[in-house]
Amino acid sequence: MKVRNRRLSALAAVTLVASLALTACGGSDSDGGSDGASGGGGGGNTTVTFLPKNLGNPYFDTSSKGGKAAVEEFGGTFDEVGPDTASPDAQVQFINTAAQQGVNALVVSANDPEAICDALNEASDAGTKIVTFDSDTNPDCRDLFINQATADGIAKVQVDMIAEQIGDAGEVAILSAAANATNQNAWIDTMKKELEASHPNIKLVDTVYGDDDDQTSFDKTAALLQSHPNLKGIISPTTVGIAAAARYLSTSEYKGKVALTGLGTPNQMREYVKDGTVTEFALWNPEDLGYLAAYAAKALVDGDISGKEGDSFTAGKLGDFTVGADATVLLGEPYRFNKDNIDDFDF
Amino acid sequence: MSTDTLLVEPSAVSPTKRIVGELLRSREIAVAVVFVLVVALTTIKSPNFLFSSDGWRDLLLTPCLLLILAVGQTAVIITRNVDLSVGSTLGLTAYFTGKLFSDHPGLPIIAVVVLGMLFGAVLGLVNGLLVAIFKVPALVITLGTLYIYRGIFLTWAGSDRINAGDMPKDFLSLGTKTVLTIPVLTIVGLVVLAAVGYYLHTARGGRELYAIGSDPDAAVLYGLKVNRRIIGAFVLSGALAGLAGVVYTARYGTVSSNAGLGMELQAVGAAVIGGVAIFGGSGTVWGAAIGAFLLVTINRALPVVGISDFWQRAVVGALILGAIVLDRVLSARQERRLVAAREETRSAR
Repeated sequence: MKVRNRRLSALAAVTLVASLALTACGGSDSDGGSDGASGGGGGGNTTVTFLPKNLGNPYFDTSSKGGKAAVEEFGGTFDEVGPDTASPDAQVQFINTAAQQGVNALVVSANDPEAICDALNEASDAGTKIVTFDSDTNPDCRDLFINQATADGIAKVQVDMIAEQIGDAGEVAILSAAANATNQNAWIDTMKKELEASHPNIKLVDTVYGDDDDQTSFDKTAALLQSHPNLKGIISPTTVGIAAAARYLSTSEYKGKVALTGLGTPNQMREYVKDGTVTEFALWNPEDLGYLAAYAAKALVDGDISGKEGDSFTAGKLGDFTVGADATVLLGEPYRFNKDNIDDFDF
Repeated sequence: MSTDTLLVEPSAVSPTKRIVGELLRSREIAVAVVFVLVVALTTIKSPNFLFSSDGWRDLLLTPCLLLILAVGQTAVIITRNVDLSVGSTLGLTAYFTGKLFSDHPGLPIIAVVVLGMLFGAVLGLVNGLLVAIFKVPALVITLGTLYIYRGIFLTWAGSDRINAGDMPKDFLSLGTKTVLTIPVLTIVGLVVLAAVGYYLHTARGGRELYAIGSDPDAAVLYGLKVNRRIIGAFVLSGALAGLAGVVYTARYGTVSSNAGLGMELQAVGAAVIGGVAIFGGSGTVWGAAIGAFLLVTINRALPVVGISDFWQRAVVGALILGAIVLDRVLSARQERRLVAAREETRSAR
């Protein structure tokens, strides 16, 4: 997500990764005993290890919370490991360690679709089931991908929200992440089509790029408002962008006059939802995502599903899910946050 | 026959003419004119740029972060050093500020500002000590601390971020509060500018910074306390980067681990555009301040004028190159003139 960050702090990241490699080795030793036991026990105690993009990230803290809840429900053993920074190959040693420990399932949010593939394949050969969530790898490197939302779903919910908030007519603009951000560009394309098809009175006048940087996004919001005096709404399909835009709007003469929506996290947006700058924004619920991923891992380990299209399994309180094309399971529609439910979340 | 022949005879031109001539040739004025042109042209295109209440406020408020950094940077560059760690110092202090508020909600704002500056000053002191003691070029030392400070920041913050909700409303409103339509943060920046500018222009310590930058070896031979002055310049730069960190938090209301990334180059850029010579010994904080206003305002104006995102950076780059080339041409011309003057006095003798 933050390419610039990664590039400039490469040196620091390398140092961190090196130190983490050591930490990880230490961790594997202390866990060795229990894993040996579970390996011997077979199906009774399913060991599931979560490997998020990085630790200390409230988003992944929430998904791991959901994963842990699910694992406790079905009586398995939950573990979470991960690097401090989300650099492409930082996850490799954690995957190797998990494979050596012989965990039953590894639930990964990939920092890079390619870089961790070899390690995942080795783990898979050792008998570990691989489930990816949030960020996928290449399809042949994992057994199942838990998709938080489809590009169509994400694009549609944002278009729907802006249409509701500006009365389905007027000028809107998009504040995106970097100009080369793959996800955002795919969503923007779909949003354009959706606007053309279903909302002929909404005109998309500009797309600007805040590079997922607080300061740049903030300044681009100011520029948008100045260069388009008739602007009715802004869509920001990136969590950094929407928070920065909300901060600018909340202190501006346009507060309450220009609608803002997009993808955000409740902690970042709480202040602005409460002061009336933002009515509603969307994201998936990471807790449900982790919960579903853990149940999917369990179903794979137990042999209930193999990742074939049409396989179905039950994920506790979330109900039944069916595996779709490319061994993908869809969590569902994006979740909308507004002032009525925002206090139920902490991520 | 007098023994102390002057290298250059006092100018025979009348004082008024000389002042006018100096003003016309001064880099500060040239940059200020460009700045006014940018604002004027953008305002013609979009009157909101200057005349709406948001536009006026942003025009004054947005550059103040870079202004504070550029002032500190100038003090360091004048001594023929450079402080590349200010971006990381800013980010680290910004996060520190947010943490202070979220962990100790009752802390008065002024205490947080002072603590932020002290924190920055300590980081600057580390730079200064390393540069002064090990005699390694500041470029290398501060490039190292740039990564070290950013690394500490990443380890400390991870992907945790400080959100607006974690901080008191009074502090956040400081980000946009105005007195007689002048934003408070801009006033803070201008006070810093005036204080440092006055010190550099008049105080003994300030003049010694120029002397060190003009010729470090001569400064040592002359008995100036070179190390102490250089450490002082770095501490000042660090403290101001700390202040900028506090300002960042108040203005943007959110701090993540990429706060201040790349700001060090903007600070150097602002100083260079404002006529501070990268090899030390000349330039003023006034120039750097106008450079900061120009750099930030151009960045804000280009999207309003309708120049695409992709070209904006190129324009800023061209500006910096232009400033450096101009600097080089001017100093080469000055050098030729001085050499000619010396030849003349020699042949006259």
